[in-house]
Amino acid sequence: MELGSPKGLTKQLVEDISRRKNEPEWMLKYRLEAFEVFSKTPLPKWGDDLSEIDFKDLCYYVKPKDKIKTSWEAEKDSFGGTGAQFESEVIYHSLQKELAEKGVIFESTESALQKYPEIFKKHFGTVVPLNDNKFAALNSAAWSGGSFVYIPKNTKVDLPLQAYFRINTQKMGQFERTLIIADEGAQVHYMEGCTAYSCPTESLHAAVVEIIAKKGAKIQYTTIQNWSKNIYNLVTKRAHAHKDAHVSWLDCNLGSKLTMKYPAIFLKETGASGEIQSLAFAGKGQHQDAGAKIFHMAPKTTSKIVSKSISKDGGKNTYRGVLKVDKGCKGTKSHVSCNALLLDNKSISNTYPLIRVEEDEVSVAHEATVSRIEESQLFYLMSRGLSKEEAVSSIVNGFANPIIKQLPMDYALELNRLLELEIE
Amino acid sequence: MLKISNLQARTTKEKQSILKGIDLSVKSGEIHAIMGPNGSGKSTLCKTLMGHPRYEVTGGSAKFNGEDLLKISPDKRAKLGIFLGFQNPVEVPGVTLGSFLRISKNTRTKESTNPVKFFKEVETVAKNLKIKPSFLDHSLNEGSSGGEKKRAEILQMSILKPKLIILDEIDSGLDIDALKTVAKEINRFFKENSPAIILVTHYQRILNHISPHFVHIMSEGRIIKSGGVKLAEKLEKEGYKNFIK
Ligand SMILES: Nc1ncnc2c1ncn2[C@@H]1O[C@H](COP(=O)(O)OP(=O)(O)OP(=O)(O)O)[C@@H](O)[C@H]1O
Ligand SMILES: [Mg+2]
Repeated sequence: MELGSPKGLTKQLVEDISRRKNEPEWMLKYRLEAFEVFSKTPLPKWGDDLSEIDFKDLCYYVKPKDKIKTSWEAEKDSFGGTGAQFESEVIYHSLQKELAEKGVIFESTESALQKYPEIFKKHFGTVVPLNDNKFAALNSAAWSGGSFVYIPKNTKVDLPLQAYFRINTQKMGQFERTLIIADEGAQVHYMEGCTAYSCPTESLHAAVVEIIAKKGAKIQYTTIQNWSKNIYNLVTKRAHAHKDAHVSWLDCNLGSKLTMKYPAIFLKETGASGEIQSLAFAGKGQHQDAGAKIFHMAPKTTSKIVSKSISKDGGKNTYRGVLKVDKGCKGTKSHVSCNALLLDNKSISNTYPLIRVEEDEVSVAHEATVSRIEESQLFYLMSRGLSKEEAVSSIVNGFANPIIKQLPMDYALELNRLLELEIE
Repeated sequence: MLKISNLQARTTKEKQSILKGIDLSVKSGEIHAIMGPNGSGKSTLCKTLMGHPRYEVTGGSAKFNGEDLLKISPDKRAKLGIFLGFQNPVEVPGVTLGSFLRISKNTRTKESTNPVKFFKEVETVAKNLKIKPSFLDHSLNEGSSGGEKKRAEILQMSILKPKLIILDEIDSGLDIDALKTVAKEINRFFKENSPAIILVTHYQRILNHISPHFVHIMSEGRIIKSGGVKLAEKLEKEGYKNFIK
């Protein structure tokens, strides 16, 4: 069975995946428990209709057909071809020597489980428990691929670590699992690009990402997702930030039929800070149900949420946010801003911010705006020679720019190009 | 160059008639000042010439070098070489003035402009206008002061090198020194390129710096009197009461 598993997820298949990956007993148990939870848990009732996902008709494990080896600073093929994950399994960049010598680990999740069992077991599943939600349970049962990153104490990795995920097989589920640990005072930037080309039928992507930033560590996690438009993208991303640590999620969501993704940060100790910035585009038949969750669990923690969404041709964007400040978290600061841009009257933007503050000595601000492209703006730009399309495109780029300009140059250019294609 | 005959226009939505028959001919190398009380239709004339969708033409014609302007969209008019400096420049968040200059310049020339040369030119004109280089990284008109917006309009004018320039109250919002700076740049551009200029203003003040060849007085959607610079001086002294019945 080199090419793939039969359709549907069963206990036997879970055992099979685990055996094939030569996993230790505890991981098999973990998968089986998660499978039980997945089977028992109903679909979430909020968000959007998920009843069309036919779990029995999906393929849960695919072995990669091609092995592609690239260097650490792998050149990328417009988010598509080469890189870390090809279909389910990860093919890893060889680590830059001096980083490897410092003890930096950048591996596929399965090989990290083999090579670094202790550090793996100590952290795996501690941020996103297997019973967190139906799709986290599914991932915990069927995971394959993903990245494992460990940065030792006081080590700073300058270049971003990059991974590319892609779905090539139709009716395939992709369940990569990523775990990033930055030890005390360490710094890292991890970037992932996701694509799926022209799948004729619906597919499911249910990833889990866990991040742990220990005392004084800094982690930036950047995602550019451009799934094809029949993919359900249901992802659980969560981070723990310890004393004076900083975690920042930067999430750009294009493509997919439905995305449900709410990167979260638990600010667990004094001085921790977090930032969640996102940009979403929804066109015809698409729903980006995305958001951000921040939990202030210690004093003097700070957070910032910036959400920008663009809707076109009846596309729908939903911002779903949670901001919680526990009692006793004095000196907490948070700023939330949600801006939606609607390109026509058919398109939709919803905002559901949940803010619960149980402490008085805090500063929490929330602002939300919905804007449309104004006739006066179009006329102004056209009076300088831009065609109507160019004018719309400039306004959209201007709207998205505060997020896009934070990306490395080539990613920024690529994202601008993708946005232009969408609004054409 | 520009020939307007009996031009009539109304608002597209409310069908409120504003321009009631404008006649005006402007040639290259001429500066025409248009003055007139608030609400007389000066801005409407400017915007109608540029093709604003909020106004529809109900009669008459406007030709630019023989070509019917009224049939083509604003961007095509811009490409023919018409430039409108706005009374109230519009804010476009996230699009920087610098990048916008390049985007709009590139709509004119087939071959993309040499970036080094282009930047030099922008730098020189910005300096003429006392615009700080950092201002080029600023979002187009967003949160800019009235004077900054007007200077940015003139910067765009000089870079785009239009043949017909329509400036709608370029002097409002400028302090005395800024007015001199802006007028100096307009004069430089006029001398070097000899475009046609239509200058809408309320005040004699700017005409002390930019001397028009013709002055027209507009009232209730019509040009009711035309003359030379003397007309503006008379207006400044006496107000509109002697001109409008
Ligand atoms: N889009 C519009 N909808 C409704 N009425 C309009 C519209 N545009 C202009 N008007 C009306 O048309 C008249 C002329 O307006 P316009 O702005 O052209 O005057 P103006 O001469 O430029 O005045 P000012 O000196 O105050 O700038 C005014 O009564 C104005 O209220
Ligand atoms: Mg006006």
